[in-house]
Amino acid sequence: MKAIKTENLTKFYGKARGIIDVNLSVEEGDFYGFIGPNGAGKSTTIRTLLGLISPTRGSAEVLGKSIRENRIEILSQVGYLPSEAVFYNGMRVRDILNYSARLHKADCKNEAKRLCDRLELDTSRRVDELSLGNRKKVGIVCALQHKPRLYILDEPTSGLDPLMQREFYELLTERNKEGATIFLSSHILSDISRYCKHAGVIRDGELLVADSVEKLGHTGVKRVTLQGTEKIPQIEGVKSVTKEKGSVTFLYSGNPKDLLSYLTNIPFEDFTVTDPDLDEIFMHYYAKEEN
Amino acid sequence: MTIFFHELKRGRISLLIWSLTVAFMLGVCVLIYPEMKSQMGDISAMFADMGSFSDAFGMDKINYGTFIGFFAVECGNVLGLGGALFASILGISALAKEEKDHTAEFLLTHPVSREKVLTQKLLSVFAQIIILNLVSVIVTVLSILAIDESVDAKTMFLLFLGYFLMQIEIASVTFGISSFLRGNGLGVGLGIAILLYFLNIISNLTEEVKFLKYITPFGYTEGADIITNNAIEMKYLAVGMALTVAGIVVAFIKYRKKDIG
Repeated sequence: MKAIKTENLTKFYGKARGIIDVNLSVEEGDFYGFIGPNGAGKSTTIRTLLGLISPTRGSAEVLGKSIRENRIEILSQVGYLPSEAVFYNGMRVRDILNYSARLHKADCKNEAKRLCDRLELDTSRRVDELSLGNRKKVGIVCALQHKPRLYILDEPTSGLDPLMQREFYELLTERNKEGATIFLSSHILSDISRYCKHAGVIRDGELLVADSVEKLGHTGVKRVTLQGTEKIPQIEGVKSVTKEKGSVTFLYSGNPKDLLSYLTNIPFEDFTVTDPDLDEIFMHYYAKEEN
Repeated sequence: MTIFFHELKRGRISLLIWSLTVAFMLGVCVLIYPEMKSQMGDISAMFADMGSFSDAFGMDKINYGTFIGFFAVECGNVLGLGGALFASILGISALAKEEKDHTAEFLLTHPVSREKVLTQKLLSVFAQIIILNLVSVIVTVLSILAIDESVDAKTMFLLFLGYFLMQIEIASVTFGISSFLRGNGLGVGLGIAILLYFLNIISNLTEEVKFLKYITPFGYTEGADIITNNAIEMKYLAVGMALTVAGIVVAFIKYRKKDIG
């Protein structure tokens, strides 16, 4: 079964674009990264999946159920972390966690305590006195304490310090190994490439590409650096050239044999050929239109 | 009933302050009556003869010198206006505040239907209004016992019932309005309550705009009419109850499909 499946999911805010014909497919048990610049439509997609906003057209199924008809059933099995975790002013952390648990009709006391210990969250504090990072932790516990089948996390690590980010991803990885599906949106590309199995890139409201992280990394493009020359190779398939003193670096997307035979005919001292890292590939998608 | 109790807990300080304030002022009004009465003598006639001013507060129609007459005017201003403001704050905040504070996203991503949210929020608004009125009634009755006055129980009951229904109406109408709002509607809510209050005063002053009494719930809570007829004016009340239902229905229709931003 698919954890998330959308068909031509489209949302317009009046005339303003939200998302256009998004076709997402996330398998159950997947660790899925949803990537895109600000305003690309990540949050709109997520909010539609959760039923906060209704789609202009298209359909979506979460855990095999339609978001239009089975919202409550879906939400009882979903843990959601909003990008900006906001809670009721004046309430204490434990009251918020308790309220969330009761709305889920679940007893999560033990799990909540375990999570708060791991995230070093003081439950006696008032939520409005908390720092951004600590508020985020409250959101994380709310999303995780009822042990849902699907985690939908909107920019989950913003505001968390690096240690906490690592702890958080460890938690997610554990849950993922237990069979839960993780769907997270992020700006932090290195996190996506490190933790996610699949990823989708959204830009200007449209899903540009979606594949396994591994395949996204193997685009056939090579990053080539030539030492001892500053001349740009005159061969088809050369892109994004950067020159430094005594070396030239470029992306090559043509046939590798052509490159080799070309290189035998030009003077240089040394060379390296690597796969571009995922960051670079995602950047490439981000900035496509501008080039 | 998780949301219901959550709402009550969130509103408890405000409820306490409003209840005590309104009840305290009602109690004070009742307790100063013997003092006023002893000094009044013919003042009653004068009160009824102050032209437009008397008309505006319905004092031309009732005997300000009797306790019930005095109480209807005082009560009208204290519980009428105080209760109306409280009800409008409750009604307008119930939905709009969650969106303004961005807690609606928290609430509505839990497995609760919008209908459930609406029902429990509305019930908590009604419960708070009931508590405010109960406190008011208790303090008033105790104060009346303390000054040893006797009143017609039915008239008293009708006065309080009228104010209670008025608050329910204002809360329901503002509740309906709040389903359209994204930001803080407090100004809108208070504005509506005060506007309705003045519409009644205007309709008391000029015969041509008497129809305004159909619009404002202060029309059927007019102490003078209730005492004179020993009944609530049904034609005004009927419109009021229709508006109450309309407010609730609108809230359900609008909020069920609302995009939460």
